[in-house]
Amino acid sequence: MEASPRAEARGRPEISLRAARPRYGEKVIKGLLFVAALISVLTTTGIILSLVEETIVFFGDVGIGEFLTGTEWAPLFNPPSFGVLPLVSGTLITSAIAMLVATPLGLGAAVYLSEYARPRVRKTIKPILELLAGVPTIVFGYFALTFFTPEILQALFGNSIQIFNALAAGVIVGFLVIPTVASISEDAMSAVPQSLREGAFGLGGSKLQVTMRVVFPAALSGIVASLVLAMSRAVGETMVVLIAGGQQPQWGVNVGESMQTMTAFIAATGKGDIATGSTAYKTVFAVGMTLFVITLILNMLSIRFVRKYRQVYE
Amino acid sequence: MSAHGEAVAASRRPIARPTSGRRSKDVGFRLALLGCLGLAILLLGVLLWDVAADGVDRLNFDFITSFASINADQAGIQAALTGTLWLMGVCAAFIIPVGVATAIYLEEYADNTKWYNRLIEVNIQNLAAVPSIVYGILGLAFLVRGPLSLGPVILAGGLTLGLLVLPVVIIAGREAIRAVPPSIREGSMALGATQWQTIWRQVLPAAVPGIATGVILSLSRAIGETAPLIVVGAATFVAFNPEGLDSNFTAMPIQIFDWISRPSNDVNNYLPLAAAGILLLMIVLLCMNAVAIWLRNRYEQKW
Repeated sequence: MEASPRAEARGRPEISLRAARPRYGEKVIKGLLFVAALISVLTTTGIILSLVEETIVFFGDVGIGEFLTGTEWAPLFNPPSFGVLPLVSGTLITSAIAMLVATPLGLGAAVYLSEYARPRVRKTIKPILELLAGVPTIVFGYFALTFFTPEILQALFGNSIQIFNALAAGVIVGFLVIPTVASISEDAMSAVPQSLREGAFGLGGSKLQVTMRVVFPAALSGIVASLVLAMSRAVGETMVVLIAGGQQPQWGVNVGESMQTMTAFIAATGKGDIATGSTAYKTVFAVGMTLFVITLILNMLSIRFVRKYRQVYE
Repeated sequence: MSAHGEAVAASRRPIARPTSGRRSKDVGFRLALLGCLGLAILLLGVLLWDVAADGVDRLNFDFITSFASINADQAGIQAALTGTLWLMGVCAAFIIPVGVATAIYLEEYADNTKWYNRLIEVNIQNLAAVPSIVYGILGLAFLVRGPLSLGPVILAGGLTLGLLVLPVVIIAGREAIRAVPPSIREGSMALGATQWQTIWRQVLPAAVPGIATGVILSLSRAIGETAPLIVVGAATFVAFNPEGLDSNFTAMPIQIFDWISRPSNDVNNYLPLAAAGILLLMIVLLCMNAVAIWLRNRYEQKW
């Protein structure tokens, strides 16, 4: 962005503002750097190409209508059925449970850190939240299966909770995405100018009123962005739902039973050494495509909202 | 700004002195917020305690030096540990040059008014939020099978993880480069250095601590990733250490997942093995994070 004025500043001004001789080495380096930057674009292209190619082959075998509206998912049975809805509903139900947990807890933590905590408290607590974000998801999966389901859910609700169930998977995924909600929302609330708060205090608002009626609405687009991004992470989360949610596709809403999500299906099917071109191979890509489209829409929404809140005060 | 307007409108009521009801509401709200934060931290604590209690008995020298075994008593994590080290080596060798080069291009060269530069930026933002399992599908379709047909080997696994964490490195690298003040660049240019000389001799050395922190944090994310490696086809029962880039492999999270999903009984209980594996993984992670924090504090420059 500042390249051109700098380039002109190089030569002696009384002779010429341009470089005395062309520097081909510099151009080559710039070209190489550009190529490196292109790798990320190629990654996206690769993802889309690989998904689209096999998905088209898949829809040669299976009707697109059957795939999108069928309510039974049993691709490896004989006769097979390819209705993706049970996987989508499994994903949406576990993600919804996750958001029910992450929204209040994450926003509560964000409001506390941004509006109430003293700087020293904030400095100790933020790394702990980062630690929560850094724990590998397989650890959460282990915890959900060996502790959360037997010791907490089954103790509370008894036999209506099976050992593999959507509820445990959803709740633990919810805890997993708390740092996403908390850190982005806190950034958004911290970006609200101090003068707005002071104005509200000056008019006699209490801390609660200032937080809920001034800061929260002013940071709303950032907060929504954090929730959308957390939803996208919950939809894409694999290990917890694979380990704790079980591998039984369910077209229903019984969260005490096993529910297979899109990600869990991909992982469970990809685990075996599947032959290229087999039905199982193709279903991985078709389900992957569905997952990619859903998360892409959520990510674009989130980027939109983030832009909006940045534009307001900077 | 509408919020501001609302606040002004709301305050047009007669001013009342704070009542005790209002105060107790305030205190209650504060406690509720603390409760939210406390619950999240409590879960983290219970999780760490649970894993430690389950696994500490199995975490010993034999566990680290033994290979996979059907007998839970004799099984260990050596193949997975070396596999993970290999993967991290490949991953680092890929993300450091590519990530830093991309960060330099975007911060120092890219003209933001050009559509293709904006495309690269939006693309990186988007890639950062693509589910990790989708990268596994990419690795399966392009690296393991298809055009490159490498097979389920170290190189394919490491590159898949590299592509997955590349956006993290780029974003961290850009922040580190942006933090170097323009006056440094202007001073260098004024002395006759070319743009690349300025970047190579002034900007990059100043940005190295920030970049290194970003690289370590990305590796610590890559090390715990399980889902993409499952799809890429990491093996679960490996009784040898990888010998090269074209070697089949297993990795710590894959081994842990295998132990979790294997049916356990009284004779062979694999769950303590899984917990011990998790403990080892967490210890490695903590060390990496400690190094990152140390780097940040030790070399961070305030300009």
